[in-house]
Amino acid sequence: YILYNFQNEDLKEMLESNKESLKLEAMKRIVGLIAKGKNASELFPAVVKNVASKNIELKKLVYVYLVRYAEEQQDLALLSISTFQRALKVSPLIRASALRVLSSIRVPIIVPIMMLAIKEAATDLSPYVRKTAAHAIQKLYSLDPDQKEHLIEVIEKLLKDKSTLVAGSVVMAFEEVCPDRIDLIHKNYRKLCNLLVDVEEWGQVVIIHMLTRYARTQFVSPWREVSYCLCNNEKAFYDSEEERKVEQTKPYIMDPDHRLLLRNTKPLLQSRNTAVVMAVSQLYWHLAPKHELSIITKSLVRLLRSHREVQYVVLQNIATMSIQRKGMFEPFMKSFYVRSTDATHIKTLKLEILTNLANEANISTILREFQTYVKSQDKAFAAATIQAIGRCATNISEVTDTCLNGLVLLLSNRDETVVAESVVVIKKLLQTQPSQHSDIIKHMAKLFDNITVPMARASILWLMGEYCEHVPKIAPDVLRKMAKTFTNEEDIVKLQIVNLAAKLYLTNSKQTKLLTQYILNLGKYDQNYDIRDRTRFIRQLIVPNEKSGALSKYARRILMAPKPAPVLQSAFKDRDRFQLGTLSHTLNSQASGYLELSDWPAVAPDQSVRNVEVVEPAGAPALRKSKTAKSNEKFYSDSEEEEEEEEEGSSSEGSSSSSKSVSESESEENSDDSNKSSSSQSEKSSILIITYLPPQIMQKTLLLIIMTKYILIHIVLSISTQFFVNCMCSLLHLCVFLACQFDVVSWHVHVSLQASSPVFVPETSHELLHRMTGKGLSAQYRFTRQPCIYGNSMVSLQLTLSNSSDQALENIHISEKSSTGQNIHRFNAIGERHT
Amino acid sequence: MLAAAKMIHSLFLVNASGDIFLEKHWKSVVSRSVCDYFFEALERATEPENVPPVIPTPHHFLINVLRHRIYFVAVIQSEVPPLFVIEFLHRVVDTFQDYFGVCSEAAIKDNVVVVYELLEEMLDNGFPLATESNILKELIKPPTILRTVVNTITGSTNVGEQLPTGQLSVVPWRRTGVKYTNNEAYFDVVEEIDAIIDKSGSTITAEIQGVIDACVKLTGMPDLTLSFMNPRLLDDVSFHPCVRFKRWEAERILSFIPPDGNFRLLSYHVSSQNLVAIPVYVKHNISFREGSSQGRFELTLGPKQTMGKAVESVLVSSQLPRGVLNANLSPSQGTYTFDPVTKLLSWDVGKINPQKLPSLKGSVSLQTGASKPDENPTINIQFKIQQLAISGLKVNRLDMYGEKYKPFKGIKYMTKAGKFQVRT
Repeated sequence: YILYNFQNEDLKEMLESNKESLKLEAMKRIVGLIAKGKNASELFPAVVKNVASKNIELKKLVYVYLVRYAEEQQDLALLSISTFQRALKVSPLIRASALRVLSSIRVPIIVPIMMLAIKEAATDLSPYVRKTAAHAIQKLYSLDPDQKEHLIEVIEKLLKDKSTLVAGSVVMAFEEVCPDRIDLIHKNYRKLCNLLVDVEEWGQVVIIHMLTRYARTQFVSPWREVSYCLCNNEKAFYDSEEERKVEQTKPYIMDPDHRLLLRNTKPLLQSRNTAVVMAVSQLYWHLAPKHELSIITKSLVRLLRSHREVQYVVLQNIATMSIQRKGMFEPFMKSFYVRSTDATHIKTLKLEILTNLANEANISTILREFQTYVKSQDKAFAAATIQAIGRCATNISEVTDTCLNGLVLLLSNRDETVVAESVVVIKKLLQTQPSQHSDIIKHMAKLFDNITVPMARASILWLMGEYCEHVPKIAPDVLRKMAKTFTNEEDIVKLQIVNLAAKLYLTNSKQTKLLTQYILNLGKYDQNYDIRDRTRFIRQLIVPNEKSGALSKYARRILMAPKPAPVLQSAFKDRDRFQLGTLSHTLNSQASGYLELSDWPAVAPDQSVRNVEVVEPAGAPALRKSKTAKSNEKFYSDSEEEEEEEEEGSSSEGSSSSSKSVSESESEENSDDSNKSSSSQSEKSSILIITYLPPQIMQKTLLLIIMTKYILIHIVLSISTQFFVNCMCSLLHLCVFLACQFDVVSWHVHVSLQASSPVFVPETSHELLHRMTGKGLSAQYRFTRQPCIYGNSMVSLQLTLSNSSDQALENIHISEKSSTGQNIHRFNAIGERHT
Repeated sequence: MLAAAKMIHSLFLVNASGDIFLEKHWKSVVSRSVCDYFFEALERATEPENVPPVIPTPHHFLINVLRHRIYFVAVIQSEVPPLFVIEFLHRVVDTFQDYFGVCSEAAIKDNVVVVYELLEEMLDNGFPLATESNILKELIKPPTILRTVVNTITGSTNVGEQLPTGQLSVVPWRRTGVKYTNNEAYFDVVEEIDAIIDKSGSTITAEIQGVIDACVKLTGMPDLTLSFMNPRLLDDVSFHPCVRFKRWEAERILSFIPPDGNFRLLSYHVSSQNLVAIPVYVKHNISFREGSSQGRFELTLGPKQTMGKAVESVLVSSQLPRGVLNANLSPSQGTYTFDPVTKLLSWDVGKINPQKLPSLKGSVSLQTGASKPDENPTINIQFKIQQLAISGLKVNRLDMYGEKYKPFKGIKYMTKAGKFQVRT
């Protein structure tokens, strides 16, 4: 432990050194620690300082570190935010990776910053950045689901994007955030279909799955067999209505959009990516007319050449398909032959498929193949094969006898599991036609002594009891033997002994009465309560006494009732209730986040919703600046209206604390009275919003502590409403920006050296000092309309200092003199920079 | 309720002895105890390959692939197409192999920083971002000894500063500004025969799968076309994204702008109507007698339909029954080994000489008291035949457009055994 600590100290030292190479080396070692799952969180302060490094590899490693630990060290993580915000303005790669990291820092307090960054990136010129924005949507959504509505707006915008790079990612975001909003897809449907071939492979998978769901809600069923059936039934009802009949038998015409989807996905069957091939296959399975299905067969069979894990998933899907449509895979039957080198789960699946494919024509080939499998060294697989033979035997009556004979031969197999499995399967088969097979039952009785597997023993005993009339001589003898060994048997065997005894008592009480009573006595004192219960129940049922009521009269009919033969069916039957190719299908249980396929609508919804009339100008991103400005204005005025409306609608219980903070700042004394009065009209409108806050929106109090080695800023913000979160965000932006810009001990007034763009605050600024009078230094001021961090009694003022001379200005400060007893928090002297 | 995060949440790398030696999280950290469910499955599996690829746990799903004796275990939280994850994990392994030459525990541990940088680029929020080798190599340069030395001296880095040009272009698989002094394009046509031969030597099933692997080192933006003498042989094909599908549909010509370096251009399946030539035969006599602790073991290999080419690098392996204690055999050529623990017999034959057929004869001893095995072992055979595509596929011509220079072109054929099994 000491060593470990020492090492950490070492790393800290390296990180704080001036040498880039040392820092890099340290970061590499830290990444090594993270990879091993070791805790390196205490290095956070040392690491985070390097976030702004010029060395790109160092920077990236710091990103890796940040994403890993930011959630644990939220306060410190905030230190780095400004760097990412600044990086959002550099080259596309840096921009994208900054956004990636920013959105990966799962710290709730930066939600507004993320939102802003995403909105900005969604209109970026580089499609790569827009793609990253689409990814960030999901991250923000999982961090704060309340942002849903805003995110849907961004998704809507990105769905219109024509870049193939973006398409997959935004559809992914759509599936994650608002999969039920299929109305967003309508207008983009044809575009997505046409882009599909050029989208990167991972995007293709996501888009195909989404379009499958979409198509099932928008088009009518192409499966004519089904609709034919329906209309035939209906015809009977509507015999008189000739017209209706004509209408019903009208040939099915596929919606051109439906056809477009099928046509454009087909080439993707040739993809090298197995997930894409599977996605197209499931699309065809769920959407294509049945006669077109065969084109997916070859591709699926091709996937069987791929890795073991791919085989596993593909075989599962083929198993489901092959139950419903044998014809699809029958020509490829030999591709499902088992190799001794296959993994057990692959073998079992292949066996399942072969069993599904069995029919009268190919059964002899399949059974010959099964004979090899039964001899396999993998005994679990051999047992599964015996089950499969049983299934073939029940499904295809021609081979029942052959199978049965084969299984009887297996009874003399040396391997216990094989024998046991055979017994169990024979038992099931015999139930279908017991009378002809008393010799098999006799044979099994002979084998009984050598079989030790409980399930097999129990099966034989059940057979003896059930068909004791076919083997009248042997059954009592078996019971006699069992009476001797009863106490040593397994529970399931004991239950069957009791059963056998009861049945024999009813059919042949002369020979077995004493034996039965003996066994029932043993059972009565058994340790297992199930056996005690059963014994008590059987005794009451079969041994008539004064207490037993009418039931014992029917004992024979109850116990010896003809029982239906068990149905042997595939485990994959009805698996297609899950969409093929999904995790839920693989597990046969619904995984969280599974989106169900809807049934075809009876009548197709309006097709025209997919028509796109207006072609948007392609150069939209170029107009970005003016557009965003406009939309901001719009948003602004919209929200204003909204707020006012809400205010009208709600009662007078205005949120007290939030309005307080604003009104106080209004009423407080000001550093410059005259300027106060010159507040323009536009500012008034914002004040309006501030004062009338909708009460139903929760007040958020955010505490932000930002620390660096030199700076300590303490801001307490009292913020209300969604709208003000945005304002807060710009303030935060500013503060953090400043914190990183200057080596200054403390700040009292918000000063920005650059016309940063706090979006929702009035932009009007006023001149404090003209550059002529200031000899090159000019100063602008404006009210930020934000609560002051130093107390309620103060107003924050933003000074913008710019140096228009060509000399550096130094030691700028606010003079000590205060004229009217105002209280001003001063900032320390700044060394001016050229801006 | 928080929305379930999609796609790949975390990745754990587990070695053969069941130790987690690397972890990477793309979202909040998932405790490595989630792997306990995987270890349970691992314990239950009789063979390493028998671990089920998809394992459900109460809160997550584990999807794993096994390659190079390393399990790549992805943690999933909600519905996702399982093949999506499996395919991606295999792509990760391919990338590691591409970067480090081998994908082994040692190589990954040695290059942990590059591994982390790669994983960071390959997945964003659990969704694949850049998986194309050409793009990755522009972002993160593969480590070489020379570069490591240069970097330590000059302080330059392995990480690219600019967005890879391919990422935005219409040919995302190719990097721009490629320059070579020797312009070369090599294509390997490699076919594999999968077959099951029964006891009597007749073929139960046999099929041919082929790939065309390319190594293209051409300057600029070359546009290549490759045509076949007999394209009809190709029954089912899958392409690298660079191949223009429409051109293939219409003219059966492969037309493409190649990625730079090594890539798989095409995989294909030869139509099952064609009879498959089986290049080797096996004569075997393996018998165990009841009551005797000795069994007879005889194998002889011979060439069958080889089109006059030599069968090389022959390797025979067989999993002998559990009751076998030891084998006492003598090969006429090559060497054989028998592992008494795994019961795996392997015989490195080398080249088959048609004049003097290789054989392996002798006896195997059974455990005393063990009963005669039910089944004779299956024999797996590997071999190679140079300069032959067993299906008869032939490349007609390779042309280059779009660039002025004359490239050096080469095409090589080879046939290999795929899953070639003989039941005895």
